[in-house]
Amino acid sequence: MSDALLEARNLSVRFPVRARGWGKKAYLTAVDDVSFTVKKGQTLAIVGESGSGKTTAALAIARLVAGETTGEVLLDGRDIVPLTGEQLKDMRRRVQVIFQDPYSSLNPRARVEDIVREPLDNLTDKPEAEKRQIVDQLFEAVGLRPEQKRLFPHQFSGGQRQRIGIARALSTRPEVIICDEAVSALDVAVQAQILNLLRRLQKDFGLTYLFISHDLGVVQHMCDSVAVMYMGKVVEHADRMDLFNNPLHPYTTALLSAVPSVDPTLRENARRILIPGDPPDPFNLPKGCRFVSRCPVAQAGCHDAAPPLEDKGGPHRVACHLVGAEAQSPLGVDAAARA
Amino acid sequence: MSDPSIPLPPVEKARSPLSEAWEMFRRNHSAMAGLVILTFIVLGAIFGPMLYPTDPFDMVWAPFSPPGEEGYLLGTDYLGRDLMAQIIHGARVTLIIGLSAAIVTIVIGVTIGALAGFYRGWVEEVLMRITEFFQVLPTLLFSMVIVALFGATLPMITFAIGIVSWTAVARITRAEFLRIRELEYVTASRAAGAPSGKLMFKVILPNAAPPIIVQSALMVGSAILFEAGLSFLGLTDPNIVSWGQIIGSNRQYILESGYTVTIPGLAIFVTVLAISLVGDGLNDALNPKLRQR
Amino acid sequence: MAPLLKVENLRIELTTRAGKAPVIDDLSLELNAGESISFVGESGCGKSMTALAIMGLLPEGVGRVTGGRILFDGEDLTKASDSRLRQIRGNEISMIFQEPMTSLNPVYTVGEQIAEVLRAHQGLSRTAAHGMAVELLDAVRIPNPKGRVNDYPFQMSGGQRQRVMIAIALACKPKILIADEPTTALDVTVQAQIFDLLRDLRRQTGTSIIMITHDMGAVAEMAERMIVMYAGRKAEEGPVAQVIERARHPYTSGLISCVPHIMAEITEERHELTEIPGIVPGLAEFGQDLCLFASRCPRRTERCVSKRPPEVPFPNAQSSACWHAEEM
Repeated sequence: MSDALLEARNLSVRFPVRARGWGKKAYLTAVDDVSFTVKKGQTLAIVGESGSGKTTAALAIARLVAGETTGEVLLDGRDIVPLTGEQLKDMRRRVQVIFQDPYSSLNPRARVEDIVREPLDNLTDKPEAEKRQIVDQLFEAVGLRPEQKRLFPHQFSGGQRQRIGIARALSTRPEVIICDEAVSALDVAVQAQILNLLRRLQKDFGLTYLFISHDLGVVQHMCDSVAVMYMGKVVEHADRMDLFNNPLHPYTTALLSAVPSVDPTLRENARRILIPGDPPDPFNLPKGCRFVSRCPVAQAGCHDAAPPLEDKGGPHRVACHLVGAEAQSPLGVDAAARA
Repeated sequence: MSDPSIPLPPVEKARSPLSEAWEMFRRNHSAMAGLVILTFIVLGAIFGPMLYPTDPFDMVWAPFSPPGEEGYLLGTDYLGRDLMAQIIHGARVTLIIGLSAAIVTIVIGVTIGALAGFYRGWVEEVLMRITEFFQVLPTLLFSMVIVALFGATLPMITFAIGIVSWTAVARITRAEFLRIRELEYVTASRAAGAPSGKLMFKVILPNAAPPIIVQSALMVGSAILFEAGLSFLGLTDPNIVSWGQIIGSNRQYILESGYTVTIPGLAIFVTVLAISLVGDGLNDALNPKLRQR
Repeated sequence: MAPLLKVENLRIELTTRAGKAPVIDDLSLELNAGESISFVGESGCGKSMTALAIMGLLPEGVGRVTGGRILFDGEDLTKASDSRLRQIRGNEISMIFQEPMTSLNPVYTVGEQIAEVLRAHQGLSRTAAHGMAVELLDAVRIPNPKGRVNDYPFQMSGGQRQRVMIAIALACKPKILIADEPTTALDVTVQAQIFDLLRDLRRQTGTSIIMITHDMGAVAEMAERMIVMYAGRKAEEGPVAQVIERARHPYTSGLISCVPHIMAEITEERHELTEIPGIVPGLAEFGQDLCLFASRCPRRTERCVSKRPPEVPFPNAQSSACWHAEEM
């Protein structure tokens, strides 16, 4: 088994917000004591709905959030949270980001060639000729023509713009690439082009991906392991096969059953688990488990204490009071009991 | 995947956002008219004095001769000076005051707005309180005080106009910075290791420029008007001739010989109108939402 | 039984800077009472434009119906007066949109906005309309409707706002509900709630639903029949299960297989996704006498780029506008 290249340990991010009254300080904790690992050359997907904190967690790892970050992020065993100056530059060379919106992630006033080489200009001292050569190679690698490099972003389609964003992320030959909803703004046909490209590049360059997405179909296709987030917490962390074939946390199960499917067998077999209501107010979270207000099988104990993320056999970790040591879904147990 | 039977389309020409804005500007008739008039005025201000070398301070003929008399196209003023020469020589000073006051405005306004919008926190608090302080000062009174205290020289008049008008630019700049700093391409530049200075001036500022440019263009016009106001009140350098100063010095005779005030007034009106037309045209051309159509 | 809505050879031209272009080019379709159909395709294929034409809401001065008819209950909507169209829009056909935040007026409570529709179209009194608004909120499953009726839109979540939009759309018991990407802006668990709600409401009221989407999974869950659109034309039409089982147009099969779906059995092995290369052509290229999908099609032959393919009907109620439909 390969080693962990990137590891988050007890990572928390909170943002100061304006509170009523003078001198009072209120915080919004977007990511709350979260831990996960990404193995070298593999893809860890962080899945969650809006407000789950998945993007904040990813940007915190890239050292791009303005909020207060606590905990550790280990890159090759070394904490990157306190880094500054040259060491931060070195870390940025090794960790790059592909952003969500191909329309707002490229500076409209810069030529795409300058956009792609920006990390090279800021983070390396390679000679000019080499930089030019790298840019040309990157254009080829992501399926653009080097003749297009003098153009401006608005002269490209959404898919092409995302290819430019990918070329930029690749320019310093990073080891880790964080894909923050990298395909969710694209049309389905273009999305397939970009997903295939990302997988090909992973193979060719030996990249490690942290893949942030709300689309479980896409995640299923891209990942080797998954961390499911809900309201700032990781509720389940498992390998791909484990998670999709044997989801344990009620939220994961509900999330999976909510995805509309073209597969008629799946639609017939799957019991649609509708979870009622909306996520809770992030300023007024339930005291115990954060999912308790929507959980179909919640019990009295769930209201009192937050469940820790525990190993339930294999590397399958779940944060739910109702998942026993034999790693059975509480929803499955419940259904069996009723039948 | 590409099929040989369908050839790759040729790569289109690089079109920068600025060249597209110019395309848009060119199609706007009133803006182009403004630009033509303005070009004419600027050329007149630069080359006019060479083509019409009469000294505007010389007494050339009897005072209060109406336009056309004795070959003086625009007549003479209360001291018998050639009004035509005054208008032509005064154009230069008027435009210089307008332009340099606008530059002072932009330099102060953009610096303060950019720092406040970029750094947020206490920097923003302090800078915006200062801005508000300048905003509530009565502008004309404050600039009169400056000119009265430090002397009515050209640089001091320019400075006085600039110091009371930069707040609008600062507010616009700050608002744009606040908006743009949250956009993904700024975060992307951060991820690419861009230092703060580069983020501020190379990434955010060019994208914040359109409304600042428009505001500055209009600022030239209002600076010219402001200077006219100060001159009208007599707060001007008597050794130079500007359009406002012509009006100011002839104002007692407005009833007997209205043309001595009307003609420089018209010159100011046409110039400011032309600048406004250009400013509006820039606003339309630089506004990406309008450009989509 | 005559269909409730019948669109015949509809042609809509859009005026752009470059000239006139047919955004909708010879489109025909039928919708029966109580039926649920779906328009599928990428953005820029004319799905929303068709819906707006049915609503009589084409962007004024820009888009114009230049041919064909839209028959609703036998009445041609392309010839109807503005006041008649307004009447139909409120009472007979209504629409919900993708972004529930911008579709609601932020300065009125949701109750006032629902009541407004009821008073305008059904002439209810103020108190009756208010009572009805509470009932409607209950019908779209907003908890505590008596209290929430006085909420402003910003006090509600995205999913709740979309429920309010549905309540407004259903206020006058329309015969057709057009839902334009109703869940694109929502989370998947909320999407499941909304789909569930729409299914139940359709069962209870017998309203026909036209859902516009790009998500084949959503089509499979929600619609009985689908119409696949490409570049302003109908590419394929047929019962949903059949089309997914065996698509007769390369664009349809591309749309189905280019998305990684969650299947009943997740396997270790993952194939490359089928790509549809390139992008939807720009408006300037619409309306040519050839198959507009040809430039992206793996089955392209000489015939595809020389003549527009006619619609080929199959015995199983499927039809496809492709020169190679039989081979697929």
